[in-house]
Amino acid sequence: MNELTDTVKPAIARGMRLQWEPAQEAHVLLYPEGMVKLNGSAGAILSRCDGVRTLADIVADLERAYDTSGLLEEVRAFVTMALEKRWLELRA
Amino acid sequence: MTGPPLWLLLELTYRCPLHCVYCYNPTEFARTGAELPTADWIRVLREARALGAVQLGLSGGEPLEREDLETIVAEAHTLGYYINLITSGVGLSEARIAALKVAGLDHIQLSFQDSTRELNDFLSSTRTFELKARVAALIRAHDYPMVLNVVLHRLNIDHVGEILDMAERLGAQYVELANTQYYGWAWLNRQQLLPSRAQLERAEAVTQRFRERVAGSIQVYFVVPDYFERRPKACMGGLGSVFLGIAPDGTAMPCHAARMLPGLELPNVRAADLRTIWYDSEAFNRFRGEGWMKEPCRSCPERAQDFGGCRCQAYLLTGDATNTDPVCDLSPHHHLVTEAVARADSVAAATAPSEHVLVFRDHRTSIAVVPGEAPRVVGGLGTQRT
Repeated sequence: MNELTDTVKPAIARGMRLQWEPAQEAHVLLYPEGMVKLNGSAGAILSRCDGVRTLADIVADLERAYDTSGLLEEVRAFVTMALEKRWLELRA
Repeated sequence: MTGPPLWLLLELTYRCPLHCVYCYNPTEFARTGAELPTADWIRVLREARALGAVQLGLSGGEPLEREDLETIVAEAHTLGYYINLITSGVGLSEARIAALKVAGLDHIQLSFQDSTRELNDFLSSTRTFELKARVAALIRAHDYPMVLNVVLHRLNIDHVGEILDMAERLGAQYVELANTQYYGWAWLNRQQLLPSRAQLERAEAVTQRFRERVAGSIQVYFVVPDYFERRPKACMGGLGSVFLGIAPDGTAMPCHAARMLPGLELPNVRAADLRTIWYDSEAFNRFRGEGWMKEPCRSCPERAQDFGGCRCQAYLLTGDATNTDPVCDLSPHHHLVTEAVARADSVAAATAPSEHVLVFRDHRTSIAVVPGEAPRVVGGLGTQRT
């Protein structure tokens, strides 16, 4: 896969569902007969993938929320992996 | 520490229009108690969700036999479950599939028995092949993710290539090629269903070629029959670890097949709340941890990976549920598994036609089956029953 530009708009893939589970104190990704329990940063990224925000928007939002900078490459790498796993898809 | 029952399976009914020869339902299903009414299922959904359950399977028998399925789905959706309907497709009309979508159903797993009408209809003892193909189209039209499930065994495993092509044609996103696990009706029919090693290897090679061709656009799960392994499966991730099943009569089970285990007094949701059942009941605690284990499991470095394998298989094959699952080649009973496989290989090698007597899952047979004995009511291969 070519490197993602920061204007792509990732969204949770159809058939997948992201939700917060108090019992597990984690975001989980739900799909047919399966579930992935996400760590804190994965949950923070995926919960911002709404098909409206661009990769750049998501990075800016995370950097604001966590009062940090330089997250682009880490987020890009995670989104690339999540697209390969079909947790995410890109919206026009 | 015991975590929550993340995976809740409701077997809403044992009623089923199909009569599959490998059904895992208890052979004595016709002698179990009355089905829970709607209000009890809804209470179960609420109590399990409060404990942390999130993946919900609605199964049976055939769950569409319940007229309150839409009500149950709607409540589950409101509670935040991811809802999987596990169905033969019989009864899934356009009206119902639309109503289930509105109610919040997330996914449909549709079973086929084979890629050919003849074997599909024979194995299920119904004429359902075309119906299933129509249902697959409905599932796509209503935008559900579709898992196509085919249980594999000696009689259909050589059709894996055709089965995968059919799944692609029908638009499935996931295909489960689930080799038969030998419990319930499948246990009665084990001699007729166990494939040979050569059949299994061919099927795996065909599956691998298909995977390479579709390159991830269809996910294919190939569940290896554990009789061919040297280590047992980590059954249920350990009993009482993540899985909670409720039978039609309200019996709470730490695995689908646990009703067979002798001396395990399974609690019933009519008499106790789920928190008590999950955390405090003797039945759910019996096989937690390692205290119940015997040698060779007790001192085995792999005991935390496979939890000693399957308790039901240990019981069925050795008569003692606390023995090591005989699939493990460290088990002193491992020969029971290798002998069954050797018999399957020799049947496959025989040139003369062998006799097949298959027991179809139905109400009449269920009444006749005496646990531990050969059934008295049988159907035969080549006898088209109506």
